[in-house]
Amino acid sequence: MAAPTQRHTAPGRTLAILAAFLVALGVWTFWGDPHTPKLGLDLRGGTQVILTPVADPGAGGTVTDDQLKQTVEIIRQRVDGLGVAESEVTTQGSGANASIIVSIPGTTNQQILDSLATTAKLDFRPVLADANGFATVTPSASPSVSGSPAPSASPSVSASTSVKPSASASVKPSDSATPTASPTASASGNGARLPRSVLGKATSASPSATPAVSPSATPSASPTAPAATAPITSVKGLPPIQSTANDAALQQAFADLDCAKTGATKGGPADPAKYLVTCSKDGQVKYLLDKAAVQGTEVTGATAGLSTSGVGGWEVNLTFSSTGATQFATVTGELAQKQPPQNQFGIVLDGLVESAPSVRQSIQGGNAVITGQFSPEEAKALANVLKYGSLPVTLAVSSVEQVSPTLGQDQLTAGLLAGALGLLLVIIYLVIYYRALGLVAVASLLVAAAITYGLFVVLGRQLGFALSLAGVAGAIVAIGITADSFVVYFERIRDEIREGRSLRAAGDAGWIRARRTILAADFVSFLAAVVLYFLSVGSVRGFAFTLGLTTLVDVAVAFAFTRPLVSLLMRTSFFNSGSHWSGLSPDRLGVKREVVPSSSTRLAKES
Amino acid sequence: MSRLGTLAHNLYSGEVSYDFVGKRRRWYAISGVILLLALIGLFGRGLNLGIEFKGGSQFTVPSTTASVEQARASVEKSGVPGADAAIVTQVGTGKIRIQTPPLTPDQSAQVTRQLSTDLGVAQGDIGVQLVGPSWGGEITQRAVQGLIVFLVLVAVFLSAYFEWRLAIAALVALLHDLLITIGIYALTGFEVTPATVIGVLTILGFSLYDTVVVFDKVKENTRGITSGNRATYSEAANLALNQTLVRSINTSVVALLPVASILIIGVGFLGAGTLKDLALALFIGTAAGTYSSIFIATPVACQLQEQRPEMKALAARVAARRAGGEGKRSARKAAGGTGTATAVIDDVETDADAVDDSGGVTRESLTGGAAVPTGPRTQPKKNTTRSSRTKKR
Repeated sequence: MAAPTQRHTAPGRTLAILAAFLVALGVWTFWGDPHTPKLGLDLRGGTQVILTPVADPGAGGTVTDDQLKQTVEIIRQRVDGLGVAESEVTTQGSGANASIIVSIPGTTNQQILDSLATTAKLDFRPVLADANGFATVTPSASPSVSGSPAPSASPSVSASTSVKPSASASVKPSDSATPTASPTASASGNGARLPRSVLGKATSASPSATPAVSPSATPSASPTAPAATAPITSVKGLPPIQSTANDAALQQAFADLDCAKTGATKGGPADPAKYLVTCSKDGQVKYLLDKAAVQGTEVTGATAGLSTSGVGGWEVNLTFSSTGATQFATVTGELAQKQPPQNQFGIVLDGLVESAPSVRQSIQGGNAVITGQFSPEEAKALANVLKYGSLPVTLAVSSVEQVSPTLGQDQLTAGLLAGALGLLLVIIYLVIYYRALGLVAVASLLVAAAITYGLFVVLGRQLGFALSLAGVAGAIVAIGITADSFVVYFERIRDEIREGRSLRAAGDAGWIRARRTILAADFVSFLAAVVLYFLSVGSVRGFAFTLGLTTLVDVAVAFAFTRPLVSLLMRTSFFNSGSHWSGLSPDRLGVKREVVPSSSTRLAKES
Repeated sequence: MSRLGTLAHNLYSGEVSYDFVGKRRRWYAISGVILLLALIGLFGRGLNLGIEFKGGSQFTVPSTTASVEQARASVEKSGVPGADAAIVTQVGTGKIRIQTPPLTPDQSAQVTRQLSTDLGVAQGDIGVQLVGPSWGGEITQRAVQGLIVFLVLVAVFLSAYFEWRLAIAALVALLHDLLITIGIYALTGFEVTPATVIGVLTILGFSLYDTVVVFDKVKENTRGITSGNRATYSEAANLALNQTLVRSINTSVVALLPVASILIIGVGFLGAGTLKDLALALFIGTAAGTYSSIFIATPVACQLQEQRPEMKALAARVAARRAGGEGKRSARKAAGGTGTATAVIDDVETDADAVDDSGGVTRESLTGGAAVPTGPRTQPKKNTTRSSRTKKR
């Protein structure tokens, strides 16, 4: 039955390959750090909050993916700003069915929970002052920037047809064809008046001037973590720092603000009626901002697109409601008269400056264009901020779970204990029932366990996979499923022996049949795991992931370990002699010896 | 052990055969009664939903010497709304669990503070779980979605791998298991938590695993069966069932052992929570799955198969052959040629519809003796051994 080829695929070689794989996985597992699986919050203590978006009734009851993305971005900023190592924000699902899962290890306080779900606001505020975000560091920014004609990254706002690729940000009315030279681009100086994104970009990207390359229009490109201590205490001690008056204290707060500190770029609700001291989203620039001149709710649309003025590059088009248009015309009119940096306005989302374009002239009519050296991604990101920042999704706290470290430890212990007990029971059963063959199964289980452990560690390190209690349970349950594969195979071998085959032939023929069954059955298990994974939330997911992973490991072990090992063992005299302890002796299988001869007939008929 | 080995051998060879397919009405009846109870439980008593589904707050106070009464008093002292409705229970080793109606984060902090003061436990050690009222609906909806998607995919896969009739039979068995599990939860009042849902959904995979193993053998035994006249589909399938019986028992035992150990540790060590909920659902579901793959899935599959014209024709031919006394059982009828036991049950019930047995008639079927069930078209039977000993079940 066994095809000759089948028999000739050297079992020894397969085993050697597997051994090499195990060694490689072992090295990978124990080389890096940590070399234990990453544990979920329910096993080490921590807080998990599940937030679900609630559609704004006015918006037709739907939550778009873009809105969601924007919301998650804001939440992520807030969480990153907490400065707790290994905090995570993940999403599942889409639209109104989405869940945002925030995991914060350790013990957390109430304020953090409260702040997570607060709705973010977008507004436009005139810039009163700006400065390098790193208070103490000399802005090594831009020696070379100055040389190039227009490498400054600062965006400009103009009304729709801005022509010149003004490297500097400027705001213009839509019919303006004025080639904007870049006043703000003379960025070379140190100190306070640096235009925002020059800072980051000049140091990192090549400043050598192809205008298209480096400068990012949104100063917000790279969200970094951070935090702020400030003399004027902001709401609940978190940024933004706000004050009702532009007084000395506020100035001092501005001077003291260090955007490089943890928490400084966390963001948080900002009162539009107050002055604001805050950082750009990437922490490169700090701003002192006026009260909100236009609220984000007045923005009716924002799109990113290729410049229509023929100069190429991406730009962001912005439209205001009629109220917004009036307000915007007024404020741009005022700003246009001022000197840099006070000719800019900050686009502030959740207390952080997304972008601060400069203004050249009053923009009437409610249509504006923000130009600058945008990459497509930057332009789209800014457009999303403008569009959805003003229509934030309201978030409901669906579930909060705080697990104390003590309880986590208890659960971990219990999980490990249950796993050990389960493994032990299965091993005992297999050995009693299958004797020597049972030992093969035990060895296979141990190999599977080793691979699974290695994968947990590696996945934890590489992909952030965290093993939860449900995941541990999934792994324990998998012991049974894995062992089932061996049972199927062994029973098949026994069947073949009952058919009258020689041991060796039975090992091969049995495998060919068992293989199909194992694959089909494991496929169904795997299918269940995949469906569970994609359609569930929270702990169910962890379980599904482990179950799916272990199913794959099961198949791999059955093919690369159990099968070749059995194949080798069948050649030994121990098994071939029909030893009582082999688990395959015809006697024990109830085969009557005199019956054995004919191979393809049913034994019962034989005699 | 070796007696089990002998039994396994006899089952394999057909010397011992339990008539699962022929007596299906009995199994259907048993399942019907259980399912009826499950439905009564489900619609009568309903499920005892955990706070994850109803919404609510739960506080877990770790090892404490405090009594349940002290904890209750403490919660009431905190003065949050619904505190008087708090459910306080002792779980596991000295833990106290308090469940209240949904609270805001502020209110829950209040309770935590009060508990910390009154029971002398650090605030950080108190586990808190707050669940909004609508959250439960959402996870239920997703579970149901998952269930439907899974069933569709499985139906497609099984239809491709076996054929649609077997796919339907497998799904019938699966729903049977799910309903029984849910029913047991309703009847016993065990708490249903997300972990329970995980367990129930996992049953999907488990129950099908067993069924796939059995069906694979059925498929093998019935390959090319219509070209012969030796056995009907039901007979061949029944042989497959018997041949895989030991395997089914073994896979089930092996699957249940780890689940049982989770259950033992979960209850004994933690008292309540994810592990217990999960393992309990799995335990019940797996047990039901083993039962259904033997007693429900295959009989249903046979019933569907026997509806096919070619199977009816086959059954007629088989009956005719037997009636014609042509029952010389040539032992070497390797029908499929594959060298497998190609489902031949020698003396057989004539008819798959044969109702329940009147006692497992024993047939002598010695060497050539055609066991021709001419008249009494009934008896699902024990196949005979060469010594004409039929083992009665």
